Amino acid sequence: MSWLRLKNCGKAINLDQIPNIEYPEFYQNLVEMLEDENFHIADYFGYSTTEGLKLIAIILDDKNSDILIAEHTYHYYCEDSLLSITAKCEAMHPFERDITERYGIVFKNNPWNKPLRFLANRFDKRMIIEKYPFYQISGETLHEVNVGPIHAGIIEPGAFRFTCNGEKVLHLEVALGYQHRGVEEVMCSTKSTLKQNIIAENIAGDSAVSNAIAYSTNIEKLSANLNNNSKQLNTERAIAQEMERIAMHIADTGALCGDIGYQLGQVACEALRTITINTTQMWCGNRFGKSIIRPCGTNFPLNNEICSEIKKNMSDVLKRYDEIRQNIKNTPSVIARFEACGTVDRNIALHIGAVGVCAKASGLLRDIRATHPYGEYKNMNHVPIIKTYGDVMSRLTIRCREVLQSIEYVLSLVDKIDTSIVQSRPIYNNNLMQNAISVSIVEGWRGEICHTAITNSQGEICCYKVKDPSIHNWLALSLAVRGEGISDFPICNKSFSLSYCGHDL
Amino acid sequence: MLISKLKVFKSHGKQYIPNLLDVTLAERFRGRPVVSPNVDEKTVEELVQLCPVEAISKVPLSLDLGKCVFCGECQFQYPQAINFTNDYRIATCRREDLIVTSDIKKAIPFDPQFVNSYITKYFGRSLKLRQVCAGGDNSSEMELNASMNVNFDFSRYGIEFVASPRHADGVVITGPITKSMEAPLQMCFEAIADPKIIIVVGADAISGGVFANSSAISRDFFNLNKPNLWIPGNPMHPMTFIDGVLSLIGRAKRNENE
Repeated sequence: MSWLRLKNCGKAINLDQIPNIEYPEFYQNLVEMLEDENFHIADYFGYSTTEGLKLIAIILDDKNSDILIAEHTYHYYCEDSLLSITAKCEAMHPFERDITERYGIVFKNNPWNKPLRFLANRFDKRMIIEKYPFYQISGETLHEVNVGPIHAGIIEPGAFRFTCNGEKVLHLEVALGYQHRGVEEVMCSTKSTLKQNIIAENIAGDSAVSNAIAYSTNIEKLSANLNNNSKQLNTERAIAQEMERIAMHIADTGALCGDIGYQLGQVACEALRTITINTTQMWCGNRFGKSIIRPCGTNFPLNNEICSEIKKNMSDVLKRYDEIRQNIKNTPSVIARFEACGTVDRNIALHIGAVGVCAKASGLLRDIRATHPYGEYKNMNHVPIIKTYGDVMSRLTIRCREVLQSIEYVLSLVDKIDTSIVQSRPIYNNNLMQNAISVSIVEGWRGEICHTAITNSQGEICCYKVKDPSIHNWLALSLAVRGEGISDFPICNKSFSLSYCGHDL
Repeated sequence: MLISKLKVFKSHGKQYIPNLLDVTLAERFRGRPVVSPNVDEKTVEELVQLCPVEAISKVPLSLDLGKCVFCGECQFQYPQAINFTNDYRIATCRREDLIVTSDIKKAIPFDPQFVNSYITKYFGRSLKLRQVCAGGDNSSEMELNASMNVNFDFSRYGIEFVASPRHADGVVITGPITKSMEAPLQMCFEAIADPKIIIVVGADAISGGVFANSSAISRDFFNLNKPNLWIPGNPMHPMTFIDGVLSLIGRAKRNENE
């Protein structure tokens, strides 16, 4: 196999270093690799050039910590239609649907050829979101329930169509795209690194730190500045990212408790989340950590005062969150709702390419911090928490234990930090490598986030691809609710806690 | 089982903020900016170039909070020109009041005479809101949820978010309004009975923010409908929202001499 192997902490490469292979081999390689559970797909996208449409696939080899990359140049008028990989490997469905939607290339035998996000610059403008082709099943005992695009609570829009047999859900289809703001287009329309950094923070506000780390790392790789980063900067980034994980996992614990009417758990978690994000606010002035992460430096170096405040607040959260965790475990009426509900078994998780909390709850080891460590995580020897049942309780347990684990990480990192070192300020006018590609993968609280940047001959970013973990996991939600009562949908949905804006971009 | 609950109770203690009208935020929080009156031309030019969202304009040097994403970069690079204070009372009832020049030294103006009298009359003691996220990044949405949580407990003023536009007195919009959400938003707004209000939350919703030039958004909603309250931020702080809504319905007064 001629695929190029990279490391997550390695440098950017020239575009012509990517092996260009013919489609039959490309197809065969992908199908073979994805059958092996040590490999999974990170991103697969089209990139339009004068030579033709380049289809670039990025695969992660979890065993050897390698990123595999290869491309196929598709000539629309000279080649037959391409064989669908989705037909053999379901994990590929969002990526092939995206390529079809963007460029009008229909993959042969694709079993689920539907628009993914109704892009503004989609190929077929006749496809409109109001007419999403929902899968329909008819029968005398069946009825349909439509939810959305605007939901009852304060959350993002998306249309859910349930086909129900009585109270039981037979099938759920999620139609997304209402949040499409043109992130990738806006990213390439500006030359300002600062603006691109802020756009990255706005891809998903709840994962602002993770997305900004992925973006900044790409800029550092492309400007060959990666190894100039002080150890301090990497430590601070890890602290910021773990604080984001803690805050969001606590928020989801609270929301799950709220959904089953367990008010004590909900309010106690709300209070702890407030403490966590207020600590982030004290550090950088923003409760979501927007503006902490900047390329090649920082505007907010940690000082002794903030370090001691982080230590004090995190120790407090650790103690109180553990009490809530114990209480959840000791309350049969809570456990009765969470256990054996919304189950995704290991085999399904593997086939749909689940990542993050969802995969870990089903017994799959998918954690970039362990398999493809970057920055500070290289020194941390992170051991992911894995559960096997794949139900709501497993996903909650993963969250609970990750909060405790992350707090331990934050406390030990804060202890190690030497605040006397003067850190450099961010650099926004880096000279980027020309005709190069850089891939950066980070483990956000939802799962792996993959950013790919491609530069043109002037050293400007001309193609920027973002992959949010939700893009893999939305299908897991649809499969999890099959056979469950429709009233259990809210807790199933919350247990995955997927992003709409990250999916729609 | 009971003992573990009591433990949680004990540690939880009392969480609510007793007086929502008297809150001070963290020192580094970026709220109302102070623009210096004596900035040389060269610096002004550089500031205009620096701002990622074109919020800074020259002659006179001003910062438009409706566009500002509060990245604070202008302050880091030119502290002699622009400084953010931790004053979170930055919501206004007129779009033009969001433009901060060196004349504004104390507080962002909020003049009740520009608020329609029906708002205080009908909504002063009870206001039910329907939130529509039209491309928001989930941070403003989480902050709106947070304003109702155990700490801020905004519903003590009779202000709540409801599940249906039929139960609502107004709509709270977040996000730059994507093309796909344009029609659902208009439909939702039309379903609210008159009299009704529009509250616009976050830089994305007020001006499009970093997505202002995207071809995937549509700002036509604001050509058809006029907002009553503008709440800047990226995302806005729950206290900015609380202060803004209370000022709108006449339950809080902003003292410009403070």
